[in-house]
Amino acid sequence: MSIQQPDLNLSPPVSDEVRKTTCYMCACRCGINVHMKNGKVAYIEGNKDHPVNRGVLCAKGSAGIMQHNAPSRLRSPLKRVGPRGSGEFEEISWEEALEIATGWMKPLRETGPEKLAFFTGRDQSQSFTSFWAQNFGTPNYAAHGGFCSVNMATAGIYTMGGAFWEFGQPDWDHTKLFMLFGVAEDHDSNPIKMGIGKIKARGARVIGVNPIRTGYNAVADDWVGITPGTDGLFILALVHELMKAGKIDLDYLARYTNAPVLVNAAEGPEKGLFLRDSDGKPLVVDRATGKLTAFDAPGVRPSLTATHDADGVTHHTVMHLMAQRYLDPAYAPEAVAERCGIPAEKIRQIASEIARVAFDEAFELDQPWTDFRGERHEKMIGRPVSFHSMRGVSAHSNGFQTCRALHVLQILLGTVEVPGGFRFKPPYPKPQSAHPKPHGKVTCGKPLDGPHLGFVHGPDDLLVEADGSARRIDKAFTWENPMSAHGLMHMVISNAHAGDPYKIDTLFLYMANMSWNSSMNTRGVMDMLTDTDENGDYVIPRIIYSDAYSSEMVAYADLVLPDTTYLERHDCISLLDRPICEADAAADAIRWPVVAPDRNVRGFQSVLCDLGARLDLPGFVNEDGTQKYADYADYIVNHQRKPGIGPLAGWRDADGTAIGRGDVNTDQLNRYIENGGFSISHIPDEALYYKPWNTAYQDWAVGMGLYDAPQPYLFQLYVEPMRKFQLAAEGHGDRQPPEHLRQRVKETLDPLPIWYPPIEDGHVDLDAYPVHALTQRPMAMYHSWGSQNAWLRQIHGRNPLYVPTKIWEANGFAEGDWAKVSSTHGEIIVPVAHMAALNENTVWTWNAIGKRKGAWALDTDAPEATKGFLLNHLIHELLPPKGDGLRWSNSDPITGQAAWFDLRVKIEKTGPPTEAQPGFDPIKSPVGQGPDNLTWSSKT
Amino acid sequence: MTTLPTSTEKKLGLVIDLDTCVGCHACVVSCKGWNTENYGAPLSDQDPYGAAPKGTFLNRVHSYEIQPERGSAAQLIHFPKSCLHCEDAPCVTVCPTGASYKRVEDGIVLVNESDCIGCGLCAWACPYGAREMDQAEGVMKKCTLCVDRIYNENLPEEDRQPACVRTCPAGARHFGDLGDPDSAVSKLVAERGGMDLMPEQGTKPVNKYLPPRPKDEIEEIDILAPFLAPVAEEPKGFLGWLDKTLERL
Repeated sequence: MSIQQPDLNLSPPVSDEVRKTTCYMCACRCGINVHMKNGKVAYIEGNKDHPVNRGVLCAKGSAGIMQHNAPSRLRSPLKRVGPRGSGEFEEISWEEALEIATGWMKPLRETGPEKLAFFTGRDQSQSFTSFWAQNFGTPNYAAHGGFCSVNMATAGIYTMGGAFWEFGQPDWDHTKLFMLFGVAEDHDSNPIKMGIGKIKARGARVIGVNPIRTGYNAVADDWVGITPGTDGLFILALVHELMKAGKIDLDYLARYTNAPVLVNAAEGPEKGLFLRDSDGKPLVVDRATGKLTAFDAPGVRPSLTATHDADGVTHHTVMHLMAQRYLDPAYAPEAVAERCGIPAEKIRQIASEIARVAFDEAFELDQPWTDFRGERHEKMIGRPVSFHSMRGVSAHSNGFQTCRALHVLQILLGTVEVPGGFRFKPPYPKPQSAHPKPHGKVTCGKPLDGPHLGFVHGPDDLLVEADGSARRIDKAFTWENPMSAHGLMHMVISNAHAGDPYKIDTLFLYMANMSWNSSMNTRGVMDMLTDTDENGDYVIPRIIYSDAYSSEMVAYADLVLPDTTYLERHDCISLLDRPICEADAAADAIRWPVVAPDRNVRGFQSVLCDLGARLDLPGFVNEDGTQKYADYADYIVNHQRKPGIGPLAGWRDADGTAIGRGDVNTDQLNRYIENGGFSISHIPDEALYYKPWNTAYQDWAVGMGLYDAPQPYLFQLYVEPMRKFQLAAEGHGDRQPPEHLRQRVKETLDPLPIWYPPIEDGHVDLDAYPVHALTQRPMAMYHSWGSQNAWLRQIHGRNPLYVPTKIWEANGFAEGDWAKVSSTHGEIIVPVAHMAALNENTVWTWNAIGKRKGAWALDTDAPEATKGFLLNHLIHELLPPKGDGLRWSNSDPITGQAAWFDLRVKIEKTGPPTEAQPGFDPIKSPVGQGPDNLTWSSKT
Repeated sequence: MTTLPTSTEKKLGLVIDLDTCVGCHACVVSCKGWNTENYGAPLSDQDPYGAAPKGTFLNRVHSYEIQPERGSAAQLIHFPKSCLHCEDAPCVTVCPTGASYKRVEDGIVLVNESDCIGCGLCAWACPYGAREMDQAEGVMKKCTLCVDRIYNENLPEEDRQPACVRTCPAGARHFGDLGDPDSAVSKLVAERGGMDLMPEQGTKPVNKYLPPRPKDEIEEIDILAPFLAPVAEEPKGFLGWLDKTLERL
């Protein structure tokens, strides 16, 4: 047959209109172009102008249509009519739903605001939800940071005024060696991929440190298949090698860090505290004069090694203490190699390569700048080594100290806020001292005394009662975890059920799948949520839940407030919250309803505006008692946190000319929409690096409203607030830890980074449970949300347990086999698959693929429900009982971060069960099941 | 049977960098989205919320584990695969109706759905498994190289590229004329040793794959550069060195 090419229309119309908003398919918050046809969403692609993703979009983002159209979308407010957990509901009106909620919560506010526990999960409006909770007056508010990556965030803030991801990024355009540790692939998803692509195109080296070689680690030039929980030890061995070889940036350390600050060495209540002047400024010895000088004095040349004696007290520099600690052979590569599962030579080679690139490939940018001491520098010195890390390091009980160790390594190399290294994104850098302290003072009928979450300076800032009991239901900011800056969401249900420290009345949750993948000890949590007291009443009396979808948690609510999809709502990605800035620019963004909901649902934040008014919360009513904000959009535009500072920084003032600081502009949202859904303000060239010390940056930040006054500071290699907790544990001061925690506080709150084994290791027979078990998030699916997505579940519909060769062969496994996996807490029976590119003592699976039957509008025979599984069943929120009658949280003892990745298991081959175990009864779906066939198109 | 053109004016195709592909499936889903809404029938999904969801995808990513011979750690290679728009496309010559054809202008292999009888011969003939029968429509679907994007005057010029290329976060996908030795894609293929997939099949694929660079070579660095030499073994000596060095700065 000869060629008879058809006549193709090569320029078909693409869409009727493009509406630009912000993705919500994971936490990355990329800009998206939503193509509309016939009033329907037709196609979603990345927004080329957007600072986060510059046009690219991941699998999740591109599958947004299937999330927006998902059959699992809730349709109406629901009131429980069957027993909790059954999924039996009746649809009710919004008026009835809001009156029920008001009827439950209003009396609590008058008589005991702490009896409302309001916890939000993957909330992107924490600055708003926390404001609501603060106005309600309950101390019991937090988002999901405590079970996610609080170690990373908190260690970063205390050490250098910011961490990774939303806080900062590698200098992708200049870095020549990029090293990443334990990164969840959905954290900063597209920017990391774009960055890796960029540096690989330049032929720069990527080193991946991760027990599992997938994703970023699969493309890394070098893979370090580390043993889980030993990253801190590996990092401190690198510190040992680099210090010993003198491959550290002395000039940087002397100028910009507390390495030269003098520390009291005398036994007593001041030991380990900084020598300060009468203004409270830490003191250094000036090399030129040999005299004590405030760290920030003009012209000072701080000595890194000076010793100062006064009144019989000797003071050494922080650098002195670091030399004493890290030059110790205990940190030598040979000493750590076996434990880390990395040959000593490889540690040395990596240290050598880091040193070579940092110092031999140093470069200069011709950009003068002036530091906070008034000194002008003609050049910016580049040290092209950069690091990134997130949850793999963070989610261990030694995670805080490990994150600290990583930041100390970055700082020793002089790679933070310099060209080629790691750069902060506005509003960071921001030192710990510039953040609020935690607040928890309850007054019936009144707002809380301040923001819930914050950064403690020492024992005086803990939220404990005179009798030592916790003020918060999650026991954040207590001696159990003094620096728990994000709260402990994973302990809320457990503590509320146990009445420890007290009982609550209403549990109010948003976007948190606590009866499934967001909880440790999932079956136990289901039991706690349904447990009844001697009167037959639920132990947790009332549960209100808001979600857009029929998740597992919906079945456990008494009242369900259905949220919209992300394409049907207003949101702001605010500088007051978790912004989307770049190292070169401040940026914020909105979501707006590109389509109207076709169901009886409302955006949760708008519902809170309504509820706030019904409850007479001061921030939500006008002076005449009427509702202050009609909806969330009204709040976004008109709320002012302080005069001139609102949720959005762009187009402020009535004429839209102000950025950062300015009056309300009623047209602000339209201006965002016209600009593609975001606003961006570039940082001047002279302010692009050295931000914590750069006067041009500090002035720019003040102008933007990020700070009220310049606040230059030193990086804290040595964290003095931690030493204050240790001093208390040593018996100094009025506020003392309880005896059972005294030793732990002494050992773990070391002001210089240390490594200790994951705490579970001390509670488990390691011969019986020799294997580490981890989860990872797939790049193409976000937590549980993806399972309802018809496209994404075809990519990740199953999650076998991946088993390394050594364990695979020892058990005689073959493809298609099943294994019984046990921990000290529980056992699961799951399908296995072989994987060679894996630490030889580690097994893993994809996170949150497993589903409860009946949830997410999936058929009950969906593979997610029959073969999918959760490792959560093996992880308890408490450590095994010690016989002391106390409930010891399975968390980092410093921050309370959930120690998901401390898990130890054993594996045995078993005959195939009919389904993965444990199995659960189906829950009744409040939305039915999805269709049998999908031929989706805007045309149909 | 259908005849291939003796030559094409251009050889448009993809260059896929296996050194950079992180296996994120962005290209897979972007392709699904665009082609569900555009060229021909929507890409359907059967049992989308059930036990065995199975839909039509024009581009899929497979992952393969590799154990290098010289004993270093195992590696994972992500391998995106779609139609390679072969010069000697057996899927075209096998087509009984002329529905499958290769465009003279640019070499893109397409299916004219109105002439496709859904016999499936082309899928059998393709050695790469790059064609998928849409179960709802009963027609053969395949990568169109986004022929309805790359010339589309309704799109901004910068967007006139295949959806998979536009969306790839890692920049692992490149689009251009592989028949022009001076094109950016041809130069990339030359620089990086771009390869044909299964050349022994004689299909002369237009798409090329850039092989992964050698990995895990940091262990060999010490041959070139010695380990770090200590400035001191003990803290005291270290602090002494530090003083002297700082003075010199």
